[in-house]
Amino acid sequence: MSNVPDDLRYAKSHEWVRDNGDGTVTVGITDHAQEALGDLVYVEVPQVGKRVDAGEACAVVESVKAASDIYSPVGGEIVETNETLGDAPETVNEDAYGEGWIFKVRTDDEQELDGLVDADGYARLLEDEE
Amino acid sequence: MLAAIGVGQVEDLFDEIPHSLRDGSLDSIPPALSEMEVARLMRDRARADGEPLCFLGGGAYEHHIPAAVWQLATRGELYSAYTPYQAEASQGTLQILYEFQSMMTALTAMDVSNASLYDGASALAEAVLMAVRANRRTSSRRILVPRALHPAYRRTVHSIVHHQGIELIDVPFDPTGGHTALEAMGALGEEPFAALVLSQPNFFGVLEEADILTDWAHGRGALVVGVVNPVALAVLKPPGEWGTDGADIACGEGQPLGIPLSSGGPYLGFLCSQQALVRQLPGRIVGRTLDLDGNPGFTLTLQAREQHIRRSKATSNICTNQGLLVTAAAIHMALLGAEGLARVAATCHANTRQLSEMLCSISGVEPLFDRPVFHERALRLPAPAADILRSLAAHNVLGGYDLGIDYPELDPALLVCATEMRTQADLETYRSRLSRIIATRAQPACPVKPKI
Repeated sequence: MSNVPDDLRYAKSHEWVRDNGDGTVTVGITDHAQEALGDLVYVEVPQVGKRVDAGEACAVVESVKAASDIYSPVGGEIVETNETLGDAPETVNEDAYGEGWIFKVRTDDEQELDGLVDADGYARLLEDEE
Repeated sequence: MLAAIGVGQVEDLFDEIPHSLRDGSLDSIPPALSEMEVARLMRDRARADGEPLCFLGGGAYEHHIPAAVWQLATRGELYSAYTPYQAEASQGTLQILYEFQSMMTALTAMDVSNASLYDGASALAEAVLMAVRANRRTSSRRILVPRALHPAYRRTVHSIVHHQGIELIDVPFDPTGGHTALEAMGALGEEPFAALVLSQPNFFGVLEEADILTDWAHGRGALVVGVVNPVALAVLKPPGEWGTDGADIACGEGQPLGIPLSSGGPYLGFLCSQQALVRQLPGRIVGRTLDLDGNPGFTLTLQAREQHIRRSKATSNICTNQGLLVTAAAIHMALLGAEGLARVAATCHANTRQLSEMLCSISGVEPLFDRPVFHERALRLPAPAADILRSLAAHNVLGGYDLGIDYPELDPALLVCATEMRTQADLETYRSRLSRIIATRAQPACPVKPKI
């Protein structure tokens, strides 16, 4: 069973969201997602300043077997990206919820966070998938 | 065969296509011919081309091709191999592609090369798309395209990118030098652009100030796409060394590397880039690796860029390569070596220089531009170029490219080329024929009118 921390919200497309409490959220991919993808060889982060809609593809993670889009779980403006992933994409495999974060968004509408599922909901989702 | 697969008639195989989408009858397609009839047709067509003395360049060049090149390339193992679907089971094919890529990176001084594209012009279109995707610094969709770039390349790039919201900005050439001058860039304003396309040599054969223009474009936050002649690279500074940081992408036409003119194709395009852009590079890329037992082997690499994995988000809809032509090009380069290629380039340059001097000794013929050239030169003529080319053709001389077609302001002018294939006698044949044609035209009309 993969790790699903209680303090995060989750998107059905396997991104996690951490509310930073200052109008921004941090986004990454879940432990389950990194495990399914396998060893990551490349992460393409979005451009800082870019506007994204909720559900819009804005980053790409590439593993030895596939390349997958990362969708922004909330709408807003990209304010920061994890530049260390350029040289060390394996950080996502090693620490998906910590050092392996991908980008931060300044949200347009914090209500959108309520539309995401909590840890229990995501854990149930994973069970259903299996 | 229809009976064997249980189908009544050929038409039944197309059942799935709705009738409304069908084009009806194909009246322009002639009836089937037998092998004997096709052989006769091809022989007649080939004979109609003739074997003129060729001083025509303009993007495709008549070079000597050692007999061994096609003797080897047409071996069954190589001739019948298509882009490998069971890639790693085709180690020989992969190794040839890998060797080709290695040679192209050595020639262009770039970090990576793909396994080729269809031709030089479509390779440039892919390079432009790559630059727009890769240049996140300006996020611009404007591309600076010098008018001194090959007109067919300009048209091809326009066809491929104009529906994708990419704007191609014309950059004029200097009327005296024939080059793309830095001063012309100043007139373009301060609006950002994604990339500058720079051909070396340009369509007029003229050498561009690649270092200065590369540094200028980089200073504006743009990428530089070099369009280069692979033979010229043997003697000119490669795009990877232009300016302080080098061009970001290099592409061009591989035909001069062992591919016959063949009435215009098939040819091969090459596309190379700096390592930082490798994930934006379209097409197949072969890599060298170690297998589980530690033995070296070859593999298709970075396939996550390609459409069989990335579908609509692939870097390009082109995921194939010109396998047979790449094989010939790799063998050709291996046979010539760096020194052989440099000797070809130097001889082309010397021959064109001499041809230009000989032709310019004719009254009314003079160089159009005063800048150094590689192996082509634009000449001003004292009479319409089309008329002169027609007269030369009657003497079995292919005299060059009529520049007035694409550049009315230069009319009447001719782009001439003399590769290493041209002998002293050939050059003299051209000079004497041209001299006589011009002299005949200059004669006053006969005052005595025939009585009819």
